[in-house]
Amino acid sequence: MAKNAKAQSQDKSPNNGAAKMEVSKTEVAVEITNMAKWYGEFNVLKDINFKVMKGERIVIAGPSGSGKSTLIRCINRLEEHQQGHIVVNGIELTNDLKKIDEVRREVGMVFQHFNLFPHLTILQNLTLAPIWVRKTPKAEAEEVAMHYLERVKIPEQALKYPGQLSGGQQQRVAIARSLCMNPEIMLFDEPTSALDPEMIKEVLDVMVSLAEEGMTMLCVTHEMGFARKVANRVMFMDEGQIIEQNEPEEFFSNPKHERTKLFLSQILH
Amino acid sequence: MAKTTSNSSNSVSVVRSEMAPDMPPPIRTDGIVAWLRSNLFNSVSNSILTILSVLMIYYALSALIGYVVADAIWQGTTGTDCRVEGSGMCWPYIFNKLDFFIYGFYPDTEYWRPNIAFAIGAVLLFLLATPRIPGKMIWGFLFLIVYPVVTFFLINGGGFTGLVEVPTEKWGGLMLTLVVAVTGIVASFPLGILLALGRRSKMPMMRSVCVVFIELWRGVPLITVLFMASVMLPLFLPEGTNFDKLVRALVGVTLFTAAYTAEVVRGGLQAVDKGQYEAADALGLNYAQATTLIILPQALKMVIPGIVNNSISLFKDTTLVSIVGLVDILGAVRAASASQGWTAPTIPITGYFFAAAVFWVFTFAMSRYSQYMERQLDTGHKS
Ligand SMILES: Nc1ncnc2c1ncn2[C@@H]1O[C@H](COP(=O)(O)OP(=O)(O)O)[C@@H](O)[C@H]1O
Ligand SMILES: [Mg+2]
Repeated sequence: MAKNAKAQSQDKSPNNGAAKMEVSKTEVAVEITNMAKWYGEFNVLKDINFKVMKGERIVIAGPSGSGKSTLIRCINRLEEHQQGHIVVNGIELTNDLKKIDEVRREVGMVFQHFNLFPHLTILQNLTLAPIWVRKTPKAEAEEVAMHYLERVKIPEQALKYPGQLSGGQQQRVAIARSLCMNPEIMLFDEPTSALDPEMIKEVLDVMVSLAEEGMTMLCVTHEMGFARKVANRVMFMDEGQIIEQNEPEEFFSNPKHERTKLFLSQILH
Repeated sequence: MAKTTSNSSNSVSVVRSEMAPDMPPPIRTDGIVAWLRSNLFNSVSNSILTILSVLMIYYALSALIGYVVADAIWQGTTGTDCRVEGSGMCWPYIFNKLDFFIYGFYPDTEYWRPNIAFAIGAVLLFLLATPRIPGKMIWGFLFLIVYPVVTFFLINGGGFTGLVEVPTEKWGGLMLTLVVAVTGIVASFPLGILLALGRRSKMPMMRSVCVVFIELWRGVPLITVLFMASVMLPLFLPEGTNFDKLVRALVGVTLFTAAYTAEVVRGGLQAVDKGQYEAADALGLNYAQATTLIILPQALKMVIPGIVNNSISLFKDTTLVSIVGLVDILGAVRAASASQGWTAPTIPITGYFFAAAVFWVFTFAMSRYSQYMERQLDTGHKS
C-alpha cells in the first residue's frame, strides 16, 4: 500500500484516464434491484441496488466479511440470490441454466487465488474455454491466446505449467484467460491480495490498461491508488449493505459515513 | 546479496563494496565407502540397525535360494523323483503341469488363440500406457471397447468365427485369472467414476441411489458376492434363463470393485480445490466439460495409488472365483497337486510357491507402473 500516503493529499493523482474512458449513458451492463441473499439463517446481502453502465469501472471496498465477494459472485451466478433481480447485459439471472451460461460467456472473472488449471499448460488454460464453449477452431484460439499473453507480457511462458510461474505471472495469465472469451464485463475479486508486494504492480498495470480500453469492470480491491486512477465510483460495503458510494476523489477526501471514515483511517493508517 | 545502508558513523551500518562472486559447489564425496559411512553407519543405532537388517536379509535370501534353487529337484518325470528328504521345490512338476497352470482345461491344439489374445492385449496396453506414444484415444478405444469383444470371440470361438467352440467352462489357469482381473479392473473403472460423481450430485435421487449401491456392495465380502451371483441369482431370474457361470462371476467382481473405486475417486474429487470448479463455471463450461476436462484429470491423478491398490487387491481376490467352480491359477495348482503320479510331500508347496510367484510378478509390475505414472503426471501442480 505504498500509494496510500498519497491518498491523503488531494492535489495529487488527477483522474487522468477519465477522458479516454468513455462511459455509456444509455447502455446498462449490470442492474441489481432489491437484491438479498442468505446463507441459511445468515442474511449476507441486504437491499442491494445499483446500476453499472457500459464502460463503467466500479471499485468495491469494505471490511473482510462484509459480503463483497458474495456480491460480485452473484453477478455471474457462482452464488444464487434469493430475492430481487440481477440483470446482466439485458439477461435476468434466474434458475434458467441457458441464461446462466449466456451470462457467464459474457462475464469474465479473476479470483484472488488465480484458479488456473494446474494440469494444463498456460496456452491450454487460455484456449480451453474458447474451444469448448465458443467452439473456436483450435488454431484460431491459440492465436488469440498468444495475442493476450503478449498483452499481459508473458508470451514466452505459453508452454509452461501454472506451477512454474510466479504469483504475479499466474494472475496475469488468469486475466488473459478471461479475456480470451472476449467478455463484456470483468469481475475481479481481490486480484492482488494474494500477491507479494513486488508483484502487485504488474497485475495492476494490466488492469489499468484494460480500464483504459473501456472494459466494464467491477473490482473488489483495497488498492486505493488503483481506485483513484481508474474508478468512476467507489462503493463501500459493510454488513452486507452498500453504505456509501461516491466518485473516488470525494470518497477518499470526504467520506460521509462513520464506518467509511473508520475503514479508510485503518487502511490508510 | 549486498547490504547497502547509509554510511553514517553508526557501527551497525555495513556497506558491501564488492559483490561476492558465485562459488563452485562443495566437492562431492563420492565413493562407496563414503556413501556407506554417511548413509548406513552414521551413528551407533543406525549401525546396529544396518547389521541386523543385513543379517535378516541374508537369512531370508539364503533360505529362499536354497529352497528354490540349491536344494530343489530339477530332473525327473514323476512325483517319486521329488521324494527326497530335505529337498526343495519340485521343478519337474511345474514343467510338466505348466500348460495346465496357464490354460486350465483349454484344448492344447487351440493354445494359439489365447496366446494371440494375450499378445494383442499386451501390445495395446503398452501403447496405451507409455506416455510418449501419441494417439491415446485410439488405443484406449481399441483396448477398452474392441479388444474385449475380439478376445471373447477368439478364445470362445464358435458361431461365425469358424473356430472350434471352447465354452467358458474349459477356460482356466492364469488365462482365466487374467480374464477376470482385467475385466474387473477395466469395467469397474468407468462405473466407479460414475458412481463417485453420482454420489456428489446435487440431485437427491441420484445421490441416494449411488450411496445405497456403494454402501451395499462395500458392506459385503467378495466371496459372498460371488456365491450369491452363482447360487442366488438364478433363483431370482426367470426359469430357463441360463447365465454363463463366468459372466456371473465377472458381473459380481465388476460391481464389487466399482463400489471401491467409487470411494477412492470420491476422495480425489473432494481433494480438488473448490476454486477449480468456480473457474470452470465462470468460464462458462458446462457440467460435463468441467468434469471431464478440469476436475477428473486432477482427481484421478491424485487417486492413482488408491486405484492401483484396489487393482492389486482385486487381482489377488480373483482367486475366490474358485468358490463358484471356476478354475483359476490357484484352482489349477490345487487341482494338479492331487493328480496321478505327482504325489510327494513337496508338491503342494511347490504349486503354491509357483502361484505366489506369478501373482507377485503381476502385482509388482502394477505397483511400479503406478509409481512411474505418478512421476510422469507431476506437473508441479498447486496453483
Ligand atoms: N458458503 C458460505 N456459507 C456460509 N457463509 C458464508 C459462505 N461464504 C461466505 N459466507 C459468509 O458471508 C459473509 C460474507 O462473505 P464474503 O462475501 O466472502 O466477504 P468479503 O469478500 O467481503 O470478505 C462472511 O461472514 C462469510 O463468513
Ligand atoms: Mg472476499
